[in-house]
Amino acid sequence: MVRLGRNVVKYRVLLLMLLPPAAVFFINCYIPMFGIFIAFKNINYVDGILGSPWAGWSNFRFLFATSDAWRVTVNTISYNAAFIVTGLILSVAVAIAVNEVRSRLASRFYQTVMIMPNFLSMVVVSYIVYAFLHPEYGFLVKHVLPLFGYSDVNAYMHPQAWPYILWLTKMWHSVGIGSVIYLAAITGISEELYEAAVMDGAGKWQQIVRITLPLLTPVMVILTILNLGGIFRSDFGLFYHVTLDSGALRSTTDVIDTYVYRGLIQLNDLGMSSAANFYQSVVGFFLVIGANSLARRLNRDTALF
Amino acid sequence: MTKTTNVKAYQQVSGLAGIGLHLLFIVFSLACILPLVLIVAISLSNEKLLTLKGYKFWPEEIDWSAYRYLFNDSETLFKAYGVTLTVTFVGTILAVLLIALYAYPLFRKDFPFKKAFNLYLLITMLFSGGLVPFYLFYINYLHLRDSLIALILPGLSNAFYIFITRTFFQQTVPEEMIESGKLDGASEWRIFFQLVLPISLPVLATIGLFTTLMYWNDWFNSLLFINDTDKFSLQYVMIQMIRQAEFFKNQLAGSGVALLVQETVPTESLRMAMVVVSIGPILFVYPFFQKYFTKGLTVGAIKG
Repeated sequence: MVRLGRNVVKYRVLLLMLLPPAAVFFINCYIPMFGIFIAFKNINYVDGILGSPWAGWSNFRFLFATSDAWRVTVNTISYNAAFIVTGLILSVAVAIAVNEVRSRLASRFYQTVMIMPNFLSMVVVSYIVYAFLHPEYGFLVKHVLPLFGYSDVNAYMHPQAWPYILWLTKMWHSVGIGSVIYLAAITGISEELYEAAVMDGAGKWQQIVRITLPLLTPVMVILTILNLGGIFRSDFGLFYHVTLDSGALRSTTDVIDTYVYRGLIQLNDLGMSSAANFYQSVVGFFLVIGANSLARRLNRDTALF
Repeated sequence: MTKTTNVKAYQQVSGLAGIGLHLLFIVFSLACILPLVLIVAISLSNEKLLTLKGYKFWPEEIDWSAYRYLFNDSETLFKAYGVTLTVTFVGTILAVLLIALYAYPLFRKDFPFKKAFNLYLLITMLFSGGLVPFYLFYINYLHLRDSLIALILPGLSNAFYIFITRTFFQQTVPEEMIESGKLDGASEWRIFFQLVLPISLPVLATIGLFTTLMYWNDWFNSLLFINDTDKFSLQYVMIQMIRQAEFFKNQLAGSGVALLVQETVPTESLRMAMVVVSIGPILFVYPFFQKYFTKGLTVGAIKG
């Protein structure tokens, strides 16, 4: 106790430095953590948030009585699973291919260009998709689809098309930047390994399969596991802006994040949205913990904690 | 002798495959760039031709009226630019300062409370309270509706950047420098601001760039907290424009007013001009800073 006190005095300046950022984390992260328990309350604005009566599990009963909970869970997990798997394959493939481009100038140019989409906000991306799919003037709708005998297609009314549209949009936005991480790992591989392989008569393909891929595997495994930890959270902008929040598309594009947002802001249904919010936070927490212990079992150094 | 030729041989992708590789990447690059070309082309198109012939990658005649309209009706645009610039500028400076302030004590080997403050950050990476309590706290307890603070404060707590910065300190700031600083009688603040920060410029620049981009592209907090049109950011104005044009069309369809509206306001090209104006600065500076972005990204990936 005395030592603690002495340390506080001795390191008071460092503690003072920590105070402002720690306070911001308290406001942005810690208070909302305790706030998830409003899911067990029946909020009314007369009593205020803290004064409102407890409601037990009734908000959750309402949430899981609808088909909504099931639908948004399935959508969230399916989209994220598809993004994780195909994103991994495409990013690694692009990284290996870029690494084979021998002209440094060309290689840098390709990298610069393919990372660029990631610097556009999802709002801008929604405009780009809209430019192709605008029901009357969109480039695809007006000039390409008629060639195949489809005219006046309003994609924003066809939910079955959106898993493909959203997948393509997400890949366009993220594969380039995803490949940069793998490229860094590839450039870290010792040249001598390849030299030795060439001495033994290995071709390009064999070098990739026998050297590059095995050495990339740890990075791939770790990043995938960490992504799996986040499988309950989705890219809100992708599902909200790119679909233009179109009600007709909900069956295939509604995810937990859009569901919570809609309940909170548009429908003012606090019970439902706070229950979904609690569900997402708690399951998400266990997924992160699970993913991390898996990562740690595979390789101690790469786990988050 | 044979060895050197072999080394060269392994580096070379055979001629035909090499060409194929370039073709592949040219197609990929086009796929990345052409959507933006389409946006620019629409913004430069004549409104009447657009409604007649649809969006095209090449405008039949260059028509600047969307931009003229945008800059004449300057109030919306300039206000939005003002909001975005203010939030980005203030937000970035505060974020970098707070990140460095938290990272520095964590880096100090002699600091006895290191473990506790590490844990304090780690917990925020593992568990999130989610949107609902965050929103309710900002609105009902901090009363930040329609306040620019609501656009800045949420971006100031990034545990990941703090860990990156701490790792950078560990790799580049020599322990002896701090010791000798202390022996010379420099205060902790002086050591931090005059010794540690100047040699850490590379990591501060990288994180500053990431933060700048994050604030520039943020629309989520506007969506949650902003109703007052004077405080719309660029991104939020764009959200309004894509939704409202639909809204106008549905409201006015068949009433004859639609034609009138279209005559006076080049809605289609105007919206795309707004997009061009909002991403212009980012795309302009991006090639110069791409190196830093890549570096920051890989540091994060390896040391995360």
